[in-house]
Formats: sequence, structure tokens, C-alpha cells
Amino acid sequence: MIINTYNKTGENAELLADLNSEYRDRRKDAVKRVIANMTVGKDVSSLFPHVVKNMQTEDLEMKKLVYLYLMNYAKSNPDLVILAVNTFVKDTDHVNPLIRALAIRTMGCIRVDKILDHLCEPLRKCLEDDDPYVRKTAAICVAKLWDLDQERALENGFVTILQGLVSDSNPMVVANAVTALAEMQESSETKDIFVVNVAIMNKMLAALNECTEWGQIAILTSLAEYRPLDSKEAESICERVMPRLQHANGSVVLSAIKVLMILLRYINNDEFVKGLIRKMSPPLVTLLSSAPEVQYVSLRNINLILQKRPDILQNDVRVFFCKYNDPPYVKREKLEIIIKLCNDKNIEQILSELKEYASEVDVDFVRKAVRAIGRCAIKIDEASERCVNVLLDLINTKVNYVVQEAIIVIKDIFRKYPKRYEAIIPTLCQNLDSLDEPEAKGSLIWIIGEYAERIDNADELIENFLETFLEENSRVQLQLLTATVKLFLKKPSQSEEIVHRVLQTATEEIDNPDTRDRAFVYWRLLSTNPQAAKAVVLSEKPPISVETNTVSPALMDELINNISTLASVYHKPPTAFMGNKAYSADAVKKAAAAE
Amino acid sequence: MASAVSAIFILDLKGKVLISRNYRGDIPMSAVEKFLPLVLEAEEESQAPAPCFTDDGINYLYIRHNNLFLLAITRKNSNATTVMLFLHTIAEVLTEYFKELEEESIRDNFVIIYELLDEMMDFGYPQTTESKILQEYITQDAYKLEVQVRPPMAVTNAVSWRSEGIRYRKNEVFLDVVESVNLLVNANGNVLRSEILGAIKMKVFLSGMPELRLGLNDKVMFESTGRAPTKGKSIEMEDVKFHQCVRLSKFENDRTISFIPPDGEFDLMTYRLNTQVKPLIWVEALVENYTGSRVEYLIRAKAQFKRRSSANNVEIHIPVPEDADTPKFRSGIGSVQYVPEKACVIWKIKQFQGGKEFSMRAHFGLPSVKNLEDADKRPPMSIKFEIPYFTTSGIQVRYLKIQERSGYAALPWVRYITQNGDYQMRMPDSIKASKMAPI
Repeated sequence: MIINTYNKTGENAELLADLNSEYRDRRKDAVKRVIANMTVGKDVSSLFPHVVKNMQTEDLEMKKLVYLYLMNYAKSNPDLVILAVNTFVKDTDHVNPLIRALAIRTMGCIRVDKILDHLCEPLRKCLEDDDPYVRKTAAICVAKLWDLDQERALENGFVTILQGLVSDSNPMVVANAVTALAEMQESSETKDIFVVNVAIMNKMLAALNECTEWGQIAILTSLAEYRPLDSKEAESICERVMPRLQHANGSVVLSAIKVLMILLRYINNDEFVKGLIRKMSPPLVTLLSSAPEVQYVSLRNINLILQKRPDILQNDVRVFFCKYNDPPYVKREKLEIIIKLCNDKNIEQILSELKEYASEVDVDFVRKAVRAIGRCAIKIDEASERCVNVLLDLINTKVNYVVQEAIIVIKDIFRKYPKRYEAIIPTLCQNLDSLDEPEAKGSLIWIIGEYAERIDNADELIENFLETFLEENSRVQLQLLTATVKLFLKKPSQSEEIVHRVLQTATEEIDNPDTRDRAFVYWRLLSTNPQAAKAVVLSEKPPISVETNTVSPALMDELINNISTLASVYHKPPTAFMGNKAYSADAVKKAAAAE
Repeated sequence: MASAVSAIFILDLKGKVLISRNYRGDIPMSAVEKFLPLVLEAEEESQAPAPCFTDDGINYLYIRHNNLFLLAITRKNSNATTVMLFLHTIAEVLTEYFKELEEESIRDNFVIIYELLDEMMDFGYPQTTESKILQEYITQDAYKLEVQVRPPMAVTNAVSWRSEGIRYRKNEVFLDVVESVNLLVNANGNVLRSEILGAIKMKVFLSGMPELRLGLNDKVMFESTGRAPTKGKSIEMEDVKFHQCVRLSKFENDRTISFIPPDGEFDLMTYRLNTQVKPLIWVEALVENYTGSRVEYLIRAKAQFKRRSSANNVEIHIPVPEDADTPKFRSGIGSVQYVPEKACVIWKIKQFQGGKEFSMRAHFGLPSVKNLEDADKRPPMSIKFEIPYFTTSGIQVRYLKIQERSGYAALPWVRYITQNGDYQMRMPDSIKASKMAPI
């Protein structure tokens, strides 16, 4: 919120008067106006004592407004907060549980030391309150206190009381106690606040059936921390978690999937595993009927799950076909999954789908679709020819960016299947003039160099590119250098002059050290030992394979533990993006090791 | 793995904060100023900005609702699914409170929105979000001092969706079985995807705490109980999702759908099934495009369901070039309308009987000069319809048992309807376009 200096003294004075009015309605109206000002970002902190005066009231709405004001401005008036303490403490004794809970909830949100001194006694009372609404609110309040002062929470025995609340008779209280304990465990140094053992696990499983959707998520999240002793136990937990897959809330479903995916590691009963995998597919597909943002998160997670368990969703590729009106971020993720699910049985269908995408308007998506065709070709040997034909069709559309993208992927196909599709080179070369992107240019130049001996007019083509050598992007320059040298090694008679000219230009007129140095290296090689040059420049290249698995096995396990969280969306370990820790040397090292 | 969010904002499309709530105080609220610039930056890089991203240790998760952004920020590795769903829940609850959630309704109701935000989330963790229950103790009427509002029992009860002491003079239940058909057909007329998203929607006007049991012609249930369906067929649902009132473990055990319903309207269950049935309404398009002069369409629509059913309010949307002009239509039935702002023609048929087939011709002029740089958008045709008293899946309600302590008799009413979901058919290529291209 943008804080403007509040300089309309006129309005301020008026508010001041009204806040101190003898009429209740006028005071309430004034408090509302103060909050309205706060909402639009005006600084009304100077009215602090006058607003707080109105806190002691039986009017619930008024009380809530003053509380809200307090939460916002307590930090800027830490000394005056003490004025509110009395009413707070009194309210935690109110006959109405709503007010008791409201008071303890708000006190916990006032992050000022002075309040903490007065928080502990009321909190203790509220944790043992008869009304579950108050207890569930107090449970979260312990986490608030912990966040500010762990010592104090421990000394006052709140942690022990909270641990006791895990056995509370009310499921909502259990859920909030679990939520609070899980958070505290994470930030505790001793890591002994909340260790999920058999007893706790059973309590949580019992509460699972009864609590609200959000409570179920909290419980499932903590269940995921439990490590079963053997396959049998893991199976029985799975049985009890499985009904959650039928819940209407997608987050409950994904949290259940997380628990199941983790438990799978412990299960050695193949039949059971198979059955479990089969049961997980339909709920994952149903997640695609949610709101687009939820779909996005789900798709990122499905991507992960597929890398871990490629046998899932095998027959469901059609559900990932893009709808015309899907948001771009959903289309992009669906495309990734289509490639992952592509196999020799469904490739025909997928190719016709990808071809369709390549004629859409969204340029970025079109490029990705074209690239996907290339990735399918590299992934499935038997389908490569069909893929190449589709790419040739696309090149014939002459749509500039489609052509360029197609040439880039064809280069990769050439690398994967050397000497198989040379016949299409002439078609590629016809599009020479339409190339203006460095990557596409570089790709075609690479192809020309690599197949120079088969292309009759290779020297002319190279010559053609060389006209603009100095203006080119360094990436293209490097490719041109290499291609020219390849040409010379393959057809020395035609190209001696060209190679000489290129090397000279590169060494004398180009400042980019990469290009210049490579030119020097080539020159030295060629002049001292042409045989060695051949061995270096024309050596066998290692075959490429399609990398549909983008996550390393070590990182994978960590991400599976984090299904449904941001880490699973980014495909990065939590340490890589959490707080400032991301930049500490330690975290960077750990992340590097994980990569 | 704490999933808490630090703060929630509602912003307009220019990025101005309309209202916000800071739950944890661990991120300066000024972080929101970077939100829209970051989204725009991502857009500029031609990358479709994802609905969540991280910047400088702060994670932004957001949804669009009407002309608003609902944004959550967090420093932690929060549960992204929960956060997204929670943002949608806020939008739903506020919509139920104010009919329309938009800039104006937020400004007019800021006090109650603060109250709701305070009740729905605590320290960044979702709490009570059931709007019916919230409405019982957070109301728009100013409080009378004499009556002190108390938290409804339901807030913390195991039955958190229904309050006790509800009374109706006439106890009734309405069941609507609504099936939406999602269909995607490619330009060659091959069905790429065909699925049914079904929902059993209930309107419950029952007194007390009634126990309900619903019986369907569900194949798995018949198999597990060893009973063959007495008459008619049984259906196999691929994935079933239940409202939180349904006892999931009971369903898992013996496929019984038993529950204490919330009061009023809600979706009891949703299900999904892939079908191999013929698309209910089939549309074929023939396009002749004489670039630079005119374009002609021949549309044929066929109702491929039983003769005794008929589809109501059928609308067939046919995309046409954005620069088309002087429309002319001829159709055997219904009315045809050109909607230039959507670049489409809408053919409306009030009642379309099963087994029938109709056709429509459209003719447009095209400008003689066309900017070749403009890539042709190729949106698909989309079709809207409703078929009452009919379900594609054949799902049937076998019984709905209602039991309440007081032993009243209640009447269940059941209706069936099938309608379009995402029902799209891709346009074929024009047949003469290439021949007529200018040299």
C-alpha cells in the first residue's frame, strides 16, 4: 500500500472530533471513515489514541474495525499499544466465544513486543476454552507467538498444550493444531516440535474424514512427513488416503496424490502399486476441468509425476489437447505433456494435432508446436520420417517464423539420424533468404557445412551468407567459420580462397574474442597439420537424445515431496527461491549438487 | 512445509490496490507495487505470464476475475493449489455477498470484506470459507446491540456446512442431473475428444439434520454389491468428485452416497466419463474463399440423438474473416445473425428435433486488398444447446432416501438435462483459396 502523507488537516480535525463525539453513531461512522482512508492508502496513524478509545464497545462491527486499525498501525505506535491491552484481555474473557476468539486472533497479529507480555495468560485460557471456535483460533495464535518469540512459547508450555490439541475431540481444532505445529517444526532448531509418529498419524487419519477441506489439506501435508516402517504399513495408509481422491477440492486431491507418491517408495507389492497408479490417473485428468490457474499448477505437477512414473496416464493423451480458448500458459504446459506421452501408437494423432497448432495465431505457441514435432521425431525413431514430412509441409507454408523454427528442429533431427534425410536439403536451402533469426541461420549453415560434400553448390551458399559476415550475430559467425572450414576440408579445390578470406576477416576485423580465437585456432590447425584439422573438425558427434526428463533424479525426489507447492510448479528446490537464503553460498552449492 | 500466504490483495487492472489484508507481516506491503510491472514484463518477453512467479524471494500467485486481480504473496514454499483455489473461493464468496464482484462493490463494502478476509484466513491459513455459514454471522445488516452474534456451531462442527434448527413447512429436494458435453472435432471431421462432465445439483429445503442416501445406476456399485441392475443399463463413471458433505470412506467401501446436505443449492457430485457416442449435434462447414472478393459458407447441422428428444436454443457460431462485409444468408430454419465485433455468424434454432438435418448458406464480400502480414486466425465453430429430459451417459437416479429424526415425509424431484460444454469443431480449409490466389 502506498502511504501518502496525510495533510488534509481539515478532514483530520473533523475525524478527531467525531471520534471523540458523545454520540455512538457518529463515533462509529468516524471509525469507518478512518478505515476507508486506510484502505485507499492514506496515513491515519496519527489518530491512534482516539481510535483505540473506541475499542471498548459491545458493538461487534465497531470492535472489528478498531481491531483492524490496530493491526495496521500498532507497529507505528508501539508505545501506545499498551492502551489497548486492557480491553483485549477483557475481551478474551467475554461471554461470547466470537469475541473471545476475535480478541486472541487480533492480539496475535499485533507484532509488537509490549503485547507479547500480556498475550500469554489469555492465550493459555483460550487454548483450554470450552468452545472449539476459540480453541481452533488459539491454536493458530501459538504459531503467531512462536514466529515472534520461540523462547516464550516454549517457556510457557504452549508447545506441549498444542501437541495435546492434536488429540482434541473437534476436527477443526486438530487441523489447526497440526497446521501450527507443522509450521513451528519447520522453523524450530531442534526439529522435535512435531515428529509424526504412529500415534500422531493415527489421530490425524481419524480426523481426516471429519474436517473441512482446508483442514484435510493440512493433515495430508503432515501425513506426507510420516515414514512407514514397511510395505504393509504403507499400503494400509494408502488405503485410508485413497478416498480423498474423490474430493471436490483439487488441492485435497493433489495433497492426497503427494502422500501416495511418497508412500509408493516403500511399497514392494507390485500388484498394489499397479492398482494405485491406475487409481491416480482419473483424478489427475479431472483436475484439468478446474479454473485455468489451478489447471496450470496441476499440469506442472502432472509433468513431474510423469517423469517419476511414466506408466501413468498412458492412454489419456487426448485430454491434453489444447482448446482454442485455453490461456497461453495452459497451452504451453499441455504441449510439454503431449510430448511426454507421445509413443509409436499415438504419434499419428499427435502429429496432426501439432500441425493444427502450428497454424494458430499465437507466434510463441506456434514455435513451440513446431519444436514439439522435432522432439517427437527425436524421441520415436519409427515416427521420424512422418515428423520430417510434416515439417516439410510446414516449410511450404512459407510463414516466416514457422520456416525458421522448422529448420532449427530439422538440424536436431539431422544430428540424431545422420545421413537419413539428406534428400530434403534442397528444400531447406530454398528458404535461405527468409531466414533472419540467428538460431535458424546458424542451423542451416551447420547443415550446409555438415553435408557440404553432398551439396553441389555448397560454396555458393556459404558465399551467400558470407556477404554479411561482419554484421552477423556472433553465433552465426561461429557457425559460418566452422562450416567454411568443413567445406574446405571436404572440397579443398572449390573453397581455398573462401576459407582464406573468412579466416583473415575473422582474425583482423572482428573484436569478439570467441570468434577471433576460433579463427586463429582453425588457421593454425589448417596450416600446420590438415590431417589433425580433419580429425578435430569432422569428428563423429555424439548422438543427441530428447530430454523430456528435465529434472535430475536427486531433485526429483525432493520435488515429489513438494507436490502441489510452489517448488513443484517451478520445478526448483524450495531453497532456490525462498527468501534471501537463495543467495547464500550454501544454498547455491546445494542447488548445484542437486542439478 | 508451511503453506501460509503473507498477504492478499484485490487490485484493479492498472495494478491499483482496492483492498488488502496483511496476514503475517513478513513482507513489506509495498511488494505489491512490483506485481503488475512484473506481469507486463513477462508479457513483453512474448512468454505467456504464468499465474505464479517468483521475484526477489517473493512469490506472487494471482487470478483474474472480471476486471480485477486477486493476488496472494508469500515468502514460503506455499501450497500453490491451495492458494489458487482459495483466491477463487474469495471471489465466489464475495460474489455471493454482493451479486457482482467488481471495483464498485468492493469500495461500497470494504468493511464487510475486511471482516470476511479476517474470518476466511488466519495467519495465512484458510479457515471457514463456506459462504452460507459465513452469512450466518457476518452480515451486511448493522448489528443490533441487543442480539449478540455467536459463531454458528457449524463453524467447528464435523458438519461444518449445515446449521442446526433449520425449519421448512414443506420439505422438498430438487435434483438436477446436468451433463455438459465437451467435444473437439478436427478439420477432417475426426473426433479428437469427447467427454461428459456431469453434475448432480441439489436444491435442498429440508428441516433439521436429515440423512440422505442417493442410489444411482452406477456399474461399480452393482458389481460390488453383486446385484445386477433390475432394469436398464448401468453406467461406468471415470472419476467422481463429491461435495465435502459426502462420506468418502463410505463411498470407497460400498459405493453408497450418504450425506447430511447443506441447506439450499449446492453441487452434490460431479463426474466425468469418456464416451464413444456420436456427437449430439454435428455440424459440417464448406468454405469457398475467393480471396479479394467474397467468401461463401455452406453449413449443415444434424441432430444425432433420438427422435423423441429435441434440443432447445441451439446456437451455432461460425467464425468469419474479420474484414468481411455485406452479409447475405439463407437458411431452412431458425434465424441467422452477423456479429461483426466477434467476427462470427450466429445461427439460432429454437427447437431442433432429433434425427433432423438443416442447412444454411452465408455469403460475404471481402475487401480487395488484404494485408498479408495478418495471420489468419482460425477459431473453431462452437455450438450451444440444451436437451431436456435426456442424459448422454444414461445415468439415472434410482432412489433418494431421506431420513430425519422427526420422521417427516419429503418429496424428491428429479430432472435431467444435457447441454454443451466446450463444444468445438475446427473449421476446414477453404476449398478454392489456393486456386484463386492473386499472381
